Amino acid sequence: MVSSARRRVLVTYLTATPFVIFALFPLVWMLMTSLKTNIELYDLAQNPFLVRAGVTWEHYRFLFTQTAFPLWLRNSAVVATTTSILSVVLAVLAAYALARLRFPLAEAVTTFVFIVYLVPTTLLFLPLARLMALFHLSNTLWSLIVAYPAFMVPFATWMLTAYFTTIPRDVEESALVDGCTRLSALRHVVLPLARPGIITAALFGFTLAWSEFIYALTFISTTELKTVTTGVVVDLIRGDFFYWGSLMGGALVASLPVVLLFALFFDQYVAGLTAGAVRG
Amino acid sequence: MITAGRFAKRAPGWSGVRIRPDAVAAWCFLLPTLLLLLLVAVYPLLYSFFLSMTNAQVSGPVLFIGLQNFVRLLHTAIFTLTLSNTLWYTLGAVTIKLVLGLALALVLSQQVPGMRWIRGAVLIPWVVPTSMAMLAWTWMFDSTYSVVNWVLMHLRVVSEPIAWLGTPRLARFAVTLVNVWSGLPFFGINFLAGLVSIPQELYEAATVDGAGPFVRFRQVTLPLLRPVLATVVLFSVVMTSSDFATIFILTKGGPQNMTQILSTLAFKLGLATGDLGNAAAISLYLFPVLAVSTYAQVRLMRRVWQW
Repeated sequence: MVSSARRRVLVTYLTATPFVIFALFPLVWMLMTSLKTNIELYDLAQNPFLVRAGVTWEHYRFLFTQTAFPLWLRNSAVVATTTSILSVVLAVLAAYALARLRFPLAEAVTTFVFIVYLVPTTLLFLPLARLMALFHLSNTLWSLIVAYPAFMVPFATWMLTAYFTTIPRDVEESALVDGCTRLSALRHVVLPLARPGIITAALFGFTLAWSEFIYALTFISTTELKTVTTGVVVDLIRGDFFYWGSLMGGALVASLPVVLLFALFFDQYVAGLTAGAVRG
Repeated sequence: MITAGRFAKRAPGWSGVRIRPDAVAAWCFLLPTLLLLLLVAVYPLLYSFFLSMTNAQVSGPVLFIGLQNFVRLLHTAIFTLTLSNTLWYTLGAVTIKLVLGLALALVLSQQVPGMRWIRGAVLIPWVVPTSMAMLAWTWMFDSTYSVVNWVLMHLRVVSEPIAWLGTPRLARFAVTLVNVWSGLPFFGINFLAGLVSIPQELYEAATVDGAGPFVRFRQVTLPLLRPVLATVVLFSVVMTSSDFATIFILTKGGPQNMTQILSTLAFKLGLATGDLGNAAAISLYLFPVLAVSTYAQVRLMRRVWQW
């Protein structure tokens, strides 16, 4: 006889299975496709779930030696790192003011930041493209470094404001009484306590910037300056050749950095993802 | 700082003295963020409103034409099709994500060994860059080598390959399904967070009163989950209606504009044709959705979060 506890466990696993397969299948498929030889990939008589002709690294070799893929990875890394650091610095200052300092309009500013957070990039890419051209930033990584914080800072500010309000005031007030200025109290007292929140905001920002697509697609046209998301989508698909092996390899490698960060900082990501829903 | 000092000297001991330096510091701390947001979000948005009321092309003279673009668009077949596509895409995808998200959250809330791994696995679609995942889905729906077709044919569900992305109704189904794939983690994990914050005593009390699992779900879970449901749905309506990468990579709006949505049409017109005025007007048709959803969310946030 199966006890009810064991039945519950079994039912849970059974109901979780379709969700897990649905979620992971595209990644698994990227991996399988990228490791198969072309002959096997495009043989309709073959079972696509099996690798009969052996594993090949040919697609990855092509990707890293014959294309601008390494450059795209580098560009993405540069842009995502710069913008996440920049955004967190701005957000720490803003969130501190909103969470701690009493001033008229605090409520209005908080609402304003929240509203900007909701404005989708698809509403802004067109006018921004014009403005980038006006300021001679088109087709440079600077255009992305300037534009990305606009959606990263509001999120980080919003998250950190909630985080700062959980830090007890007394710690900081005693520092202020000891003659600290606001800025040094923030640096030496509040920041160390807010580390987990800051790490979450930075990781989240990095992930958003790494994955961004429409700005990178609109602002940058030179192959060598593309980020990995637009490079793989726009510049790897060429001609009538079957590039699916290297295309899937590229998609997988481009996903790996953020997937690895996610695996390493799982709890921080969950905290960030649910920051909107369960505050208060 | 000068103001603060003078103020302090003039009125020592008055409680307002403490507020003044705070306000100066606050604006100093907020200045970089506010400047950035004004320059890279507010200004482009206003500029977009301006462009939408002109006949602006990539180059050449710009003429102010009022609301003509908005009116003319409503009489254009492709645009009305795009508008209704956007509506159904959003409605369909958000509804499915809501239902499946609740189911997913209920599964994830069970305490069984390895649940951390299951949670990690189902969150993966949120982490993977959407555009990269879309390439995989394009390949999985390929007209000749589709693995989806291979499975369906071997399960004898269909007898011959289906052109997923080439047939209007199937293409609509496919893009909705893929949007659900990438949006489901956000729903699932937020509903889960809402679920675990419901006090266990309420369930116990309901059980004592003789309520079965379905009654408990309807009488306890759903009402208490309402704020979370509302926040997530409102957020997702904005994100889904303004989705771009999914459609741009899977179908480019085709076949025959049957999956064209506002963002992809605006991109096509604005960047391929250079018709900036109309493109801006097209994307601004998203603005009412944004405005209503934002207003509702701000109201909701104020109620949940006391200032």
